[in-house]
Amino acid sequence: MFYRENGQFKSSYSADQAIFPIAQDRVFVIGILLIAFCGVPFVINEYWANAILVPLLVYALAGLGLNILTGYCGQVSLGTGAFMAVGAYASFKLVGFFPEVNYLILIFVSGLVTAAVGVVFGLPSLRIKGFYLAVATLAAQFFLIWLFNKVGWFYDHSPTGMITVRPIDFFGVRVTGPEATPAAKYLFTLTIIATLTLTAKNIVRGRVGRSWMAIRDMDIAAELIGIKPLQAKLSAFAVSSFYIGVAGALYFGVYLGSAEPLEAFDINQSFYVLFIIIIGGLGSILGAFLGAAFIVLLPVLMKNLMVGGFGVASGTAGHVEILLLGALIIFFLIVEPHGLARLWQIAKEKLRLWPFPH
Amino acid sequence: MNLRKLTGVAVAAVLALPMFASHANAYELVIPTLDYRTGPYAPNGIPLANAYSDYINLLNERDGGIEGVKIKHVDCETGYNTKKGVECYENIKNTAPSRALAVQPFSTGITYQLIPKSSVDEIPIFSMGYGRTSAANGKVFPWVFNFPATYWSQATALVQYIADQEGGMASLKGKKIYLVYHNSAYGKEPIRTLEALAEKYGFEYRGLPVDHPGQEQKATWLQIRKERPDWVLMWGWGVMNQVAIKEAASIRFPMDRFIGVWWSGSENDVLPAGEAADGYLSGTFHAAGGDFALHDDIRKYVYDKGMGAGDRDRIGEVLYNRGLVAVMWTVEAIRNAMKIHGTKEVTPAMVRDGFESLEVDEARLAELGLKDFTYGIKITCENHEGPGRVAVQQWDAKAKKWSMASKFYEPLREITAPLIEADSMAYAKENNVTPRTCS
Repeated sequence: MFYRENGQFKSSYSADQAIFPIAQDRVFVIGILLIAFCGVPFVINEYWANAILVPLLVYALAGLGLNILTGYCGQVSLGTGAFMAVGAYASFKLVGFFPEVNYLILIFVSGLVTAAVGVVFGLPSLRIKGFYLAVATLAAQFFLIWLFNKVGWFYDHSPTGMITVRPIDFFGVRVTGPEATPAAKYLFTLTIIATLTLTAKNIVRGRVGRSWMAIRDMDIAAELIGIKPLQAKLSAFAVSSFYIGVAGALYFGVYLGSAEPLEAFDINQSFYVLFIIIIGGLGSILGAFLGAAFIVLLPVLMKNLMVGGFGVASGTAGHVEILLLGALIIFFLIVEPHGLARLWQIAKEKLRLWPFPH
Repeated sequence: MNLRKLTGVAVAAVLALPMFASHANAYELVIPTLDYRTGPYAPNGIPLANAYSDYINLLNERDGGIEGVKIKHVDCETGYNTKKGVECYENIKNTAPSRALAVQPFSTGITYQLIPKSSVDEIPIFSMGYGRTSAANGKVFPWVFNFPATYWSQATALVQYIADQEGGMASLKGKKIYLVYHNSAYGKEPIRTLEALAEKYGFEYRGLPVDHPGQEQKATWLQIRKERPDWVLMWGWGVMNQVAIKEAASIRFPMDRFIGVWWSGSENDVLPAGEAADGYLSGTFHAAGGDFALHDDIRKYVYDKGMGAGDRDRIGEVLYNRGLVAVMWTVEAIRNAMKIHGTKEVTPAMVRDGFESLEVDEARLAELGLKDFTYGIKITCENHEGPGRVAVQQWDAKAKKWSMASKFYEPLREITAPLIEADSMAYAKENNVTPRTCS
């Protein structure tokens, strides 16, 4: 009843090619953005910023990056943790070298550095495919983390090998470290993520995105119709790594504030982001956000419900949480193997006919 | 009433319960703990958490809290995971009514996250002997306390112990001392000190990293077998310790030349190796065993009433005692804060003052039922590390007991002081902290 496109006629090509051709979608997305930008900052507190929203956004961005590579271009990668580390260390070193330069530019450059590293580690994808490529990217994971742990220059020779973010101002507003207000951290992250999401949505709708999807669906056929695998695959690696690098820089700078390579960027981090896109939905922008919400928010929600709501001992709650999360992942994958994004799509189709399905 | 209705009522009642339960009117002292009863480090996290919980229950039951003010214990499960630790800290820090009075993360990674936050949130961090070593410089880190001794002091103490066995500092020359360390911020802590010591005393130092969680150490110990160092030090945690001790036993490395940090010297670490662990050494700053008057009180007031957090027969294990000493010092700091500020409704900022002028001498320890349990400490504005003394304890596999094997060594401050100064000043510069003056 509410979600029906009857009577919405498109009279121009641009209207036909809009990101959200259906008016209800437009209203919905604009509404969410309005709430996120103009509503949430006024009510946000430190708990919501540091423990929930900033990690959610950062993981959504990392998921988005991996989704470009895995979901859209079909190249499985297990090196996400390492690419996030490249972004984090690049931003750390850049802030050290150029403290005067705008933080946003430095984050952007960190993304570019990660893109370059991603392209180098993406080269094997031209020859090897599928699981074998996953193993090749695993090499990136272990090599890069080893490098950041081994070479003192990367962590400024600190005695513990930890990197710690410096206090950084963005146009006079503190965005990193404990003195940053929750709203500043949140808005800074949100702005970057909203912009990059819009860019990603447009890239995957355009020529480049279509060439990725052609490679994903059948690389030989794609080659036959004139898509160059070299360009398509490496551009996917570059764009994906750029996103993951920016996510890594934010993860280290805005979210954590300090990091050591083996804990913050280990192989579990790669799996974590991979789970986000598998649960959220491969080849879907929305999927990255839904998956991140599932993986980041659900444990916190379960913990607060069990410990705060029912008074379960925190240790017991910790064990139950691990069990429940595993069970829920299996449940959702059985109910909808294509992820939460697909569930959302089905819901929308049902809503079109609702409340008169016959 | 049918079954469905009944369930509905029951669910509603359960949901409504917490609303009534959390109704409190008197002032309470909030002591939070960041526990890890799950994850790869749980075997070590559980005794620490149990001790905290038991001591707080004891005070509430026996004395009605601290100076008559009840303690509210808030715990949060971190799984030794830094990200969960951040969530936990944000969750508990503003717990009513007193806010978190002092945070004890029991994790180097989480401590590093919290150090910059502590001065903004005005909540003291008591990272007992771990965390950032240079936080010993109270001028730069007014909110962080890492007494009774840092890892750097401990490294100098262990080297002094080695020298004593070899026949004096001069005889260290030409000896090989290797370090097997957890490849993390925690494990890397002693490296710089050991390098400085190696340079000064002319022994050969080498570090062998072991990746988290430390199950796989074959290559490390093969290398040790090949190169035959005279002494092996270990900075390990969790499962890494027991694996290392077993591996050392399997290459027949002499146990009395294998010294662990104080986090590598608990029953959990040596029991799996059985008889082979006999003679293994580790650093410590407190006694092991459950025969102190305080332990009797815990059994009487807590376990006899069925409020014990763990197993009765595990009271007095090394890590349990470590948890006890940590919570004891925290409570004494709160008591001290009450004394200085003349109020029983202390805030975290007052507790910081309490920490900074904390003095728990041997007489006070005896009053607390911990006679000869540890040494007396005195904290000052400049020195948040306190005395920095460390002894070596030895495992007797037959009796299944730890016993003191050395005196308490004074740290070699001429080695550690310049390192602490350099590292804390680097932090001050990076974070625009102006070191305060201590008069």
